[in-house]
Amino acid sequence: MILDGKCPTGPIEKTWDKHRFDLKLVNPANKRKYKVIVVGTGLAGGAAAASMGELGYQVEAFCYQDSPRRAHSIAAQGGINAAKAYPNDGDSIYRLFYDTIKGGDFRAREADVWRLAQVSNNIIDQCVAQGVPFARDYAGYLDNRSFGGAQVSRTFYARGQTGQQLLLGAYSALSRQIKAGTVKMYNRTEMLDLIVIDGVAKGITIRDLTTGEIRVHMGDAVCLATGGYVNVFYLSTNAMGCSVTANWKAHKKGAFFANPCYTQIHPTCIPQHGEHQSKLTLMSESLRNDGRCWVPKKKEDCGKHPNEVPEEERDYYLERKYPSFGNLAPRDIASRAAKEQCDDGRGVGPGGRGVYLDFATAIKRVGEHTIKERYGNLFEMYEKITDEDAYKRPMRMYPAPHYSMGGLWVDYNLMSNIPGLFVLGEANFSVHGANRLGASALMQGLADGYFVIPYTIGGYLAGIKPGDYSAEHAECKKSVEEVKAGIDKLFSIKGKKTVSEIYRALGKVMWENVGMARSDESLKLALKEIPKLRDEFWNNVNVTGEGGDFNQQLENAGRVADFLEFAELMTKDALVREESCGGHFRVEHQMPDGEAKRNDVDFCHVAAWEFKGVGNEPELHKEPLKFDNVHLAVRSYK
Amino acid sequence: MSDHNTMNLTLHVWRQKGPNAPGKLETYEAKNVSPDMSFLEMIDEVNEDLIKKGVEPIAFDHDCREGICGMCSQVINGVPHGGQDRTTVCQLHMRTFKDGDNIFIEPWRAKAFPIVKDLVVDRSALDTIIQAGGYTSCHTGGVADGNTILIPKPEADYAMDAAECIGCGACVAGCPNGSAMLFTSAKVSQLAVLPQGKVEAATRVNAMTEALQQCGFGNCSNHYECQAACPKGINVKFIAKLNREYLKAVFE
Amino acid sequence: MQILKSVVGRKVFMAITGQCMVLFAVVHMLGNSSIFIGPDGINAYAKHLHDLGPLVWIFRAGLFAFVAIHICYGIQLTLENNAANPTAYAVKKQLKATFASTTMIWTGLLIALFVIFHILHFTARVTPGVVQGVDALGRYDVFTMVVSAFKNGGIAFVYVVAMCALFFHLSHGIQSFFQTMGWNTDRTQCTISTIGKAVAFILLAGYAVIPISILASALIK
Repeated sequence: MILDGKCPTGPIEKTWDKHRFDLKLVNPANKRKYKVIVVGTGLAGGAAAASMGELGYQVEAFCYQDSPRRAHSIAAQGGINAAKAYPNDGDSIYRLFYDTIKGGDFRAREADVWRLAQVSNNIIDQCVAQGVPFARDYAGYLDNRSFGGAQVSRTFYARGQTGQQLLLGAYSALSRQIKAGTVKMYNRTEMLDLIVIDGVAKGITIRDLTTGEIRVHMGDAVCLATGGYVNVFYLSTNAMGCSVTANWKAHKKGAFFANPCYTQIHPTCIPQHGEHQSKLTLMSESLRNDGRCWVPKKKEDCGKHPNEVPEEERDYYLERKYPSFGNLAPRDIASRAAKEQCDDGRGVGPGGRGVYLDFATAIKRVGEHTIKERYGNLFEMYEKITDEDAYKRPMRMYPAPHYSMGGLWVDYNLMSNIPGLFVLGEANFSVHGANRLGASALMQGLADGYFVIPYTIGGYLAGIKPGDYSAEHAECKKSVEEVKAGIDKLFSIKGKKTVSEIYRALGKVMWENVGMARSDESLKLALKEIPKLRDEFWNNVNVTGEGGDFNQQLENAGRVADFLEFAELMTKDALVREESCGGHFRVEHQMPDGEAKRNDVDFCHVAAWEFKGVGNEPELHKEPLKFDNVHLAVRSYK
Repeated sequence: MSDHNTMNLTLHVWRQKGPNAPGKLETYEAKNVSPDMSFLEMIDEVNEDLIKKGVEPIAFDHDCREGICGMCSQVINGVPHGGQDRTTVCQLHMRTFKDGDNIFIEPWRAKAFPIVKDLVVDRSALDTIIQAGGYTSCHTGGVADGNTILIPKPEADYAMDAAECIGCGACVAGCPNGSAMLFTSAKVSQLAVLPQGKVEAATRVNAMTEALQQCGFGNCSNHYECQAACPKGINVKFIAKLNREYLKAVFE
Repeated sequence: MQILKSVVGRKVFMAITGQCMVLFAVVHMLGNSSIFIGPDGINAYAKHLHDLGPLVWIFRAGLFAFVAIHICYGIQLTLENNAANPTAYAVKKQLKATFASTTMIWTGLLIALFVIFHILHFTARVTPGVVQGVDALGRYDVFTMVVSAFKNGGIAFVYVVAMCALFFHLSHGIQSFFQTMGWNTDRTQCTISTIGKAVAFILLAGYAVIPISILASALIK
């Protein structure tokens, strides 16, 4: 099937305005008759629930944490992009649009990206109105910095905690609506199934994580804002609870999964230090503004104290390979370069998996005080974790899975191929193409939540009868029974391995074979290993405790079970995409100098997969991508 | 880098089946703990052991494990988050302990935070306080350009200092009165100093302090234990600011 | 009225009434030190006060109201605080809270008991063994009453212990007043805390020096 993103046509500058006008509206008096379910309360979900509640819809919002304020959007450090062009440095909506398309290696939809760039400015205004304490200059104006390879300063920030501040802004708006009674909030609940009645999404089945109760919540539309899936690698910068579960359940009910192989590996994370490690910690990319990446030129020097390696024996590999962008090369490029150095045997630290990020030059130039002012909290965090003082010796960094550009397929209205199922934020695939630029995730989450879904959901709801569902429907009963059966099955295995042991093994398979560099061979190997692990899981896992209780082992087991199915799809997508683009790097497809080699003739499309049963071959649907405004070109950061 | 000598530790962990069940401290051994592990990774390992022994693993809240989500919540040796300056449990590393140490691990204790299970407590009372008024009542869309109202840098910085609160509830857990005044004051101060929040400052401080009381939190009697327990170092000057805002509201 | 029930409002009442009592205590201490001038000093001071007539009673009524408010709210807030924190930790370390801050209710109640005794003793003069009389100028002889009372080691001990309680109470209470009134900032907090403790110590010294010196001189003789 050829998918249609239903993008508006005509001059790109007019597309969103025209589309907004074309969308049907719901009469204000009728809005309260419609119920919308929002799963996830991060930037996208929180903003969406608050905004739709304010419009007058009845909203029910769900999160697995104990409070909507804790979603992992909170961990974003660097900032949020907007095309305000305050610094007078040549930025514009068009440039943000252009940079995002190019940064995504020409694998995103032009119209969606344009809309994102257009509403980016409203986001900043909205957040300021909410009381988000963005950094200001001495004149009282909003401050900007350049971030993540952008050549203009368009990033707004709140110290190193921008994600936290934006999320708390959305959370405060959400809290206001909860108080007003337009949003009903359910904390500590996890969505375990999507209810589709006659091909239309009408509700979800959830598990109350405190009591273990399995319950159905029905609504006129369901919005998933459930984040990304890079925890499939076990070790990632995501929170422990981040999972593919909600998306995967929707996928199993018919929603297409688009571009699952596009995962972003963030270049600056603290390297792994041992087998017991539970997660990796990201250090803001802003560090690369002043830090210089290097490894020793000679393998023998890798074991030495870095300060004993003389200047001429150091290989500043990013500056060498990308003279014009240097240490600020985009994430995918910087990550891969670090891996190359380590593969070459010149990595540093435990296991030889690390590169240095050195601030000595910057400290000499601007003084330790200034560096402390800029990155003090990051240096502190680094010291807490590694027990090393980065003012005295260079930091050690290694790439780690960080963000998933792929996600459920959605059209321009953010609606999936299942009518009534909307997908927002990182959970959808829409704007980042094959690689996301720094400070763009926050922008997308809030754009979707504040300024896209409130309009587009109206266009859908205006066309359906409100309250056209019943929790007594056979599909609901079936869904509850299936969820309960799944839980019973997990308890019945009573095997020998813990959930974490199998999860760790899956992560290892995925990181080694479907990680930063993928080959035909490694992917095929992974496709052999994953079903084995899945079998082992379903035959030999030990899930302790009871279902009718607060049970973190059970929660985790359910999430791992979904990862074990999803991993296969992700690997298949990576195998089928015979090209290298953005975060997806196939070793067979590279330029002579090792750069990614795209294949625009065969792969300038979105790969959307349809579920056909566990272990069965999924069906591939394609949505061709057209580039009318930004011309397909080879990305070059040299 | 710390040396790789492993440690053996004795843990005394609060175990409680449910909100109304009786609880008690159970003793577990944590063997071969690497100093590079985080505290939660150490408990992960203990849990793996417990599962293998057929004992139900210890339930504890955690999520981001990078010190920002505010989910982790354990009182370690009598101090919320373990007592390392400005550090959450998830960022506390085992190198701060010695071989042979006895470690007491308890949940947040306060009437407003009923225990869910083991070390997990219900902190929804903090949400209730925010819902009472911890926001500006701006609508989505239709707001002015972000630079229309200038905000002096010192005020923006002051607001940011207050806004760093992660809502973990350590202030309540540490407070001898089980008061959430530091939490409440951080939000009140952040919004009271910004022009966007000033408009509703009076109603906000009244509503939020009233909610604080109704949720069953205690009163602030200026012990300042909260500031010492806070993993973000939120200063008690914000409580003074809240008091000031309250008095202003009374006389307005 | 909402302020009478509010978490902050009641604190403010506690702070203001408490601070007024501190002021009273300071004035009272200065008045007391007139004893070191000799019988003429303190007896004249006492006469002067009594000559104010109805003003004394107005002042006493006001002070009594303040004390009552302070005690009632003190007890109410403490009961609420205990209820808000019903389960004790198996292990609890105090990081910033002090002996003074955690014993406010007890030092407060001790002071209240002492004040009752003190009024019965030196104001109503109904406790057994109070030496009453007039001096050469026909004024009430406060000097002899005080000196003879403090020659009794037991009584001197009670007064000194009470003043220690007052010291602890105020070493937390005075700086607490500034915090509650919202006049604290992170820069002033340390200074205010030190000044609070200093004032508390001066009060301790100023009050306790009387019984101690009288008792000491009696013992030496």
